[in-house]
Order: sequence, then structure tokens, then C-alpha cells
Amino acid sequence: MAEAIDIVSIARQTDRITTTELIEAIFDDFVELHGDRSYKDDAAIVGGIGMLNGQAVTIIGNQKGHDLEENMKRNFGSPHPEGYRKSLRLMKQAEKFNRPIVTFVNTSGAYCGVEAEERGQGEALARNLLEMSNLSVPILSIIIGEGGSGGALALAAGDQVWMMEFSIYSILSPEGFASILWKDSKRSGEAAEIMKLTSYDLLDLGVIDRIVYENDDQGKIESSQVLASMKEEIIKELDTLAQLPTDKLIQKRYERFRKF
Amino acid sequence: MRLFKKRPYISIQKATQDSERAPFVPDGMFVKCPNCKQSIYSKDLGNERICPNCQYAFRISAQERVNLTIDEGTFVEWEEDIVSTDPLNFPGYEEKLNKAQINSGLREAILTGEAKISDHKIAIGIMDSNFIMGSMGQAVGEKVTRLFEKATKEQLPVVLFTASGGARMQEGILSLMQMAKTSAAVKNHSDKGLLYLTVLTDPTTGGVTASFAMQGDIILAEPGALIGFAGRRVIEQTIKESVPDDFQSAEKVLENGFVDHIVPRKELRDMIGKLLNMHAPLTR
Repeated sequence: MAEAIDIVSIARQTDRITTTELIEAIFDDFVELHGDRSYKDDAAIVGGIGMLNGQAVTIIGNQKGHDLEENMKRNFGSPHPEGYRKSLRLMKQAEKFNRPIVTFVNTSGAYCGVEAEERGQGEALARNLLEMSNLSVPILSIIIGEGGSGGALALAAGDQVWMMEFSIYSILSPEGFASILWKDSKRSGEAAEIMKLTSYDLLDLGVIDRIVYENDDQGKIESSQVLASMKEEIIKELDTLAQLPTDKLIQKRYERFRKF
Repeated sequence: MRLFKKRPYISIQKATQDSERAPFVPDGMFVKCPNCKQSIYSKDLGNERICPNCQYAFRISAQERVNLTIDEGTFVEWEEDIVSTDPLNFPGYEEKLNKAQINSGLREAILTGEAKISDHKIAIGIMDSNFIMGSMGQAVGEKVTRLFEKATKEQLPVVLFTASGGARMQEGILSLMQMAKTSAAVKNHSDKGLLYLTVLTDPTTGGVTASFAMQGDIILAEPGALIGFAGRRVIEQTIKESVPDDFQSAEKVLENGFVDHIVPRKELRDMIGKLLNMHAPLTR
């Protein structure tokens, strides 16, 4: 099995599949919806409505770019508060029209900048966590690359949390972790190992419910196969979650996070 | 052979002139205010520990807070047995916990319980930055969650004093999960129409800001308190430039619209009492 730090580099590769590509592959007729209705549109988060197996679904995800230019536009997938407020607006909209929510998480974290602070990054994350906890529609979150800190959790406080096999999910980047605890960011390899940030470790800890495998005994699985099976699993899971009465759904979500 | 030979003479220290001698200042007699940087005679801080120059409210322990803000003799602790374990077997964490317990006299970074302020019965949480910088791991998250669960059941308002550097790094992803766990408990409490009052004290940052600190119906702050999500160093590293000294001060955060009111420590008990009164169930 690969070392944790190798998985960290795979998760961050710029040629890794992005949210818009996943939407394109899995959903039909996607319509993107922009803006938080209060300040501006944050390109680091993409959101909108698409069709899946004849049903409308709200889809929200962090968007990274494949090159520097696109990444500058997307702020490397690190949202400002308005990104989280857009995301909450779309979740509330999904609740109103009783459609399920699928989120794709791929961020090193909520953006750390002066303006992000001035516009209340902490408040934006806190509000999302508060509101998501009793949203009356199913939320399925999939970490597809990096899942960093509160900025990832604010899109991943769902009924089901899955991870693509070579993605990571952690309290902080291994570099930041090593720098805080050992004052030495070069010890990131060691940090990655201790932090339990791989999909396998997080499944063991119960932090995630399922791994979307990208590999088998023969090596890398064709991406078209990964996407096809992901689509099938999403359809099945949303079906299962839709069977639950609302109060049961919310209660199970409460218990899902209560256990930690 | 003798290693250390006795010298055959004695030495006499040169007598120093009084004028050359530095004045004797006992340790802790003067403190520097972290907010206005003035040196202050520590007795001038008073019981409330307030800078006489800029009103900055110095960091105080949870016990001092109990003494200052709660009706005397009304505090009853809840869940005192919940302590941190070492879920990730993090090297050196257990020793760190032991040391923090000895140095702070606390078992974890938050004290929870029930109390009265101005005769109103409340559920109360007081974080203490002396305990691993008030960081939130499983124990803090569990105590906050149970505080809200019990307050919901007993229909009590919650008053929570926050002081935290953020998530407890040594507990990794499990610390992150506390943000979702506590938020859900706050929501249940809120949906019952019960009041949740937060008092942000120095410092309130990171995962605590991004969860229960910012979820109060009314958010108060102490003068000069550092309030933010990302730490100043992280921001400077991200944007590659230095940022102004006071950009995360309570006063700035109020200006930006994320705090309802800044209350000097001396007026805090009255202010909380007044707000509790305004939200008390009608008795007539």
C-alpha cells in the first residue's frame, strides 16, 4: 500500500478529476446557479441543479483548475465566506423543493485572508454546520481530492460521507500540522502518517461511510469505470435515503456525528 | 590529584554604588498589556483583570470567571469526568494532557454546569485558555454537546464564554468532527426557542469560531479580544504580506458586523442578567 504522503500528492494532482467534470459525467442538463445574494459569486464553489435518473438533484462542490490560470480564477478551490453562503442558499433551495443534495469536496481549506476574515469566514462555516444539521433533505458528500479542515466539513456534514480512494480528509494540511506541532513543515510525511487522513484510515475510524475505489488488484481502474460505478452508487444511496421519513433522516444525521 | 584546588586567598566583591544598582522589581509586579502594550502595575488590574489604560480584558481562568460573573455559590459542575483520551496515539500527547491538568487545575479546557446570573438559572460553559490554549478535542466537544442537550431537556438558556485557539491538533480529524457534533446540538436547543448567549473572550479562533462561538442568538465580546477564524501567521503566509495589528480585535469584528455588543468585564454580569431577563418566560 502507498505511503500516506504519496496519497497526499495524488489527491493534489492538477490533472485529477474536478467537480464540473464529475457533474458532466454523472448528471444531465446541469444548470449552474451563481451568487450568494448578499455580496458576490465565488468561483471556488460551483453549484446548481442537475438530473439524475429522472430526478432533480442540487449539486454543490469546490472547483479547482487544471492549470494556473484556471486555478487563479477558482482561487485553488479555497472559498471565501460568500462561497459558503452561496452553498447554504442552494441547500435551503433544495430543501424548499424537496430534492436531495450531492456535494463534491475538494479544497485545502476555507481561504485564509484579510477579506475572508472581514466578511466572517468563521460565521459562514458555523452557519452552514448549524443549518445542515437539520436540513430536511438527504445530503450525500463525496471527498474527491483534498478535504481540508472546517472549509471541507462545511460541505461534508452529510448523511453519508464518501471518499474517492486517493483523496485525503484532515484537520489541517500535513505541512501545517507539522509546522504547528513540531515547528517544522518538512516533517509533513511523518505528519501524514500519524494524522490518519487516507480513505482507508478514515473508513476504519468511521469518519467516512464508503470508499469509491480507483484501484484494484490489477492496478488503476479506467476512470470511465470509476465514474459509472460512482453514478450507480449515488443513485442507489439517494434512493435509500429517500425512503427515510424526515425526522428519522435528521435523527440519523445527528447520531452520525454524535458518535465522535 | 585534586581537580579543584582551593585558592589560597579570598575574593571580595567590589562594593557597588547605590546609583549603579538596578532597582529591585519583583516578578509579576508589572505586566505588559497585550492590547495597548503599556506597562501596568499589576495591582491596577484589579480583581477583574482589566487594563486601566485601554480596558482590554486580560485572559482569566474559568474559576476566576465563575467568581466574577456568576451569583455566588450557585455553580454546580456537570460532566466533570469527561477527559481527553489519546485516540490517535499521538506521541507526547498524554504527557501534555497531564501537564495541562496539573498547571491549570482543570481536567479539560472547558468547565460546564448550571449556575445563576442575576437570579436566572442557566446552563453555562466557560472555556479556559490555560488548558492547551482552550483547544477543542473530543472531550471539549462532548462537554459542549451535553451542555446543550441537557439545557434543551431542562429548557434552560445557555451562556457560553469562549476562549480557544481552535481544534486540538493532537486528536486530528476527530477534533474536526466536534464542530459538526456541537453545531447539531446548538441547533436542537435553538429550535426549542431557547436563548443561547455567547461571550467571546480573548482569544476565540479557529474551529470554535467556525462552530458554536458564532452560533449564539446574541454574541457579546470583551474589549480587545482577538476574534477570528484563521490565525494571523497563517494569513500572512497565505497572502505573503503583513496584516495590521488590530484587524481581528473585537472592535473591528463589531465594525464588520459579526458581534452584537462589546461589554466591559465590569458590566458583563449586569448585561447578561438584563438579556436573560428579556428572554425569561412570562410569569404573569
